[in-house]
Amino acid sequence: MKNSKKHGINRRGFLKGAAVGAAGLVSKTPEATAQQTQAARGTAAVPSARALAAETEPVSTDVEVLTADHPGSDFMLAVIKSLGLEYIAANPGSSFRALHESIVNYGGNKNPELLTCCHEESSVFIADGYARVEGKPMGVMAHSTVGLQHAAMGIYNSFAGRVPVFIILGNTIDAAARRPGVEWYHSAQDAAAMVRDYTKWDDLPISLTHFAESAVRGYKIAMTSPRGPVVLVADSDLQETPVADLSRLHVPRLTLASPPAGDPVAVAELAKLLVAAENPVILGGQAIRTAEGMKLLIELAETLQAPVSGGKFPSRHPLNQAGGGLIRNADLIVGLQVADFWGTVNNLRDQLVRSSRALTKKDAKLVSISSNDLYLKSNYQDFQRYTEVDLAIAADVEATLPSLIEASKRLVTADRKRVFEERGKKFAAAHAQALEQARTTATYAWDASPISTARLSAELWEVIKDKDWASVGGGAGRLWNVEKQYQTLLGGGAAGVGSGLPTSVGAALAHRKYGRFCVSIQNDGDFMYAPGAIWTAAHHRIPLLSVMHNNRAYHQEVMHIQRMSNRHQRGITNAGIGTKIEDPNVNYAMIARGMGIYAEGPITDPKDLGPALRRAADAVMRGEMALVDVVTQPR
Amino acid sequence: MRFILSFLFVVTVIPALKAQTPASATSTTPAGNAQNGKKIFSNYGCYQCHGFEAQGGAGARLAPRPIAFTAFSKYVRQPTGEMPPYTSRVVSDKELADIYAFLQSIPQPPPASSIPLLSK
Repeated sequence: MKNSKKHGINRRGFLKGAAVGAAGLVSKTPEATAQQTQAARGTAAVPSARALAAETEPVSTDVEVLTADHPGSDFMLAVIKSLGLEYIAANPGSSFRALHESIVNYGGNKNPELLTCCHEESSVFIADGYARVEGKPMGVMAHSTVGLQHAAMGIYNSFAGRVPVFIILGNTIDAAARRPGVEWYHSAQDAAAMVRDYTKWDDLPISLTHFAESAVRGYKIAMTSPRGPVVLVADSDLQETPVADLSRLHVPRLTLASPPAGDPVAVAELAKLLVAAENPVILGGQAIRTAEGMKLLIELAETLQAPVSGGKFPSRHPLNQAGGGLIRNADLIVGLQVADFWGTVNNLRDQLVRSSRALTKKDAKLVSISSNDLYLKSNYQDFQRYTEVDLAIAADVEATLPSLIEASKRLVTADRKRVFEERGKKFAAAHAQALEQARTTATYAWDASPISTARLSAELWEVIKDKDWASVGGGAGRLWNVEKQYQTLLGGGAAGVGSGLPTSVGAALAHRKYGRFCVSIQNDGDFMYAPGAIWTAAHHRIPLLSVMHNNRAYHQEVMHIQRMSNRHQRGITNAGIGTKIEDPNVNYAMIARGMGIYAEGPITDPKDLGPALRRAADAVMRGEMALVDVVTQPR
Repeated sequence: MRFILSFLFVVTVIPALKAQTPASATSTTPAGNAQNGKKIFSNYGCYQCHGFEAQGGAGARLAPRPIAFTAFSKYVRQPTGEMPPYTSRVVSDKELADIYAFLQSIPQPPPASSIPLLSK
């Protein structure tokens, strides 16, 4: 079916007829007014001439069609199903009511299953969290105007984090078909314009075939490195107009683009630099998305006995290294999908006069492998400061690692191997020392109240260490043994506050089918943006242990105001005004219980923390979300 | 994400940045009121970066065994890093002495080996 309107029943015609009928029912004709007056007097109403005629005249043989077997949204769903979307997150909205109904009835609410969300921003963050774990998009539905306005920050966060999200906006293009009032407010001429600066692609299909091709194209674009959110506007008329024969519509085949691997000449050059370097450093960045990717990164690091700083790399691996000394001593720094390379190799001092200095040696070489070089937009400044590198390989890191490993191995001579082994021993010793230092550091303020973040981290590790665990927010503690790629969430984003809770719920949902025990360290200020995500987790039985890092402030901002106060030498005791979340203190456990999950707290005595976490973990093991509110030190 | 990164930073990075030199009791260390120093440490926002027990956080660990008072005082007045300056207009010399006395009063924690959660 190339044009649905040719074969289907025109909804516009139906709407026009219905509107006339409805107008007839409510209009204040003289006859109607007379009827009301008489009724008010308690006498039987005398039918008007028009009403009498309507009741007595023969029924017209031209029967108005009021039902249909398949609206266009059924076909849209068929397309969506073909993409393998497991879930669609949405706060309900009339502009996508037909698609909503197709999902829950025609599609049996399975693949995709509809997730009930309490805010469109939560919908996007839930989809974002899911994609960071599962490596593929979740769908999101929203109104083209008010829904998208809510969702916008989440979309920007996903764009900056290079996370694929598949967004469908309900919208009514035909002004003549819109219901008066709300439907006008919920319609836009160019709905996606609002987020075009921070989405990879969008389209406004005007036929079902157009929708199908654009949906498949959009999914492919979202999944092509660098990944990102895409938007498809689903016109309500297209959704609701019946389709006479679904079988005549074609669902295009999806073929994902293979990720771009680095140019062989550039890869060979990098291998030469790596093998020759005396102090190479690999920055893990946001390069690793898969278990295979982590294996490759380990293989590269071990081949060269080169330290890896940041990113997804086993925490107890001797080559997992941190600290400023690495950068200062390096003669070669290789950034793998590093969002802010400049900020990693330079220091900017945030004093009255901002100044910066290089952290690297003067002759240190910088190399980047990043898909960010393949796709940039200009308005939003998520691309960070320009970095002067010696070699830039515009490519997907995981796709490039095999050839880089191979090229490096080919160049390793027996002499270099001996050098590498010595280097490896040095880093193994440094790693052991750093771990011991971390243990010592955790002892400071061990018994303090508010509870130290190190104590919180250690108590939490005790609860999860024997489980198949995954952190879905707040990262992993220094003393945690991170062995697998999925145990930490793919990093990157736009520092959008309010993302933590819904992202953790979406990530936990992705982990659910693998039976992993999910834990999140949740910040109190972040929680307050959209606590309704808890209800979504409760409703959809998403197991997650959320531990509230409750420092009763937007603490980052407390510090910024303190900085300004100091700089201006006045009012240094007032930094809490407008930045603290106290008076009254928020009872997060009570909020959580009110949304139907197990919760404890506020915990102020560190001795109470372990038992509370264990009880909450039991609830999570039963398949629920649980929250433990812990009153903590600021940082 | 900003908060997530912050937590990570505290737990993973900050420990590597800290280095404490044992303080030596010298004649340049003024007498101070530790109790008042504790109050000021909180009211003037020192705890925001350094923690209520001066154990460190976004900023360095300051206690136990704080650096010598002269170095401490110099850094507070004219920090060379990220710390905002606390001039004598906002923290008097007397108050600074009280803060230092508070830092000196913070006891050494038990060794990690004596804490079951940290000894594994």
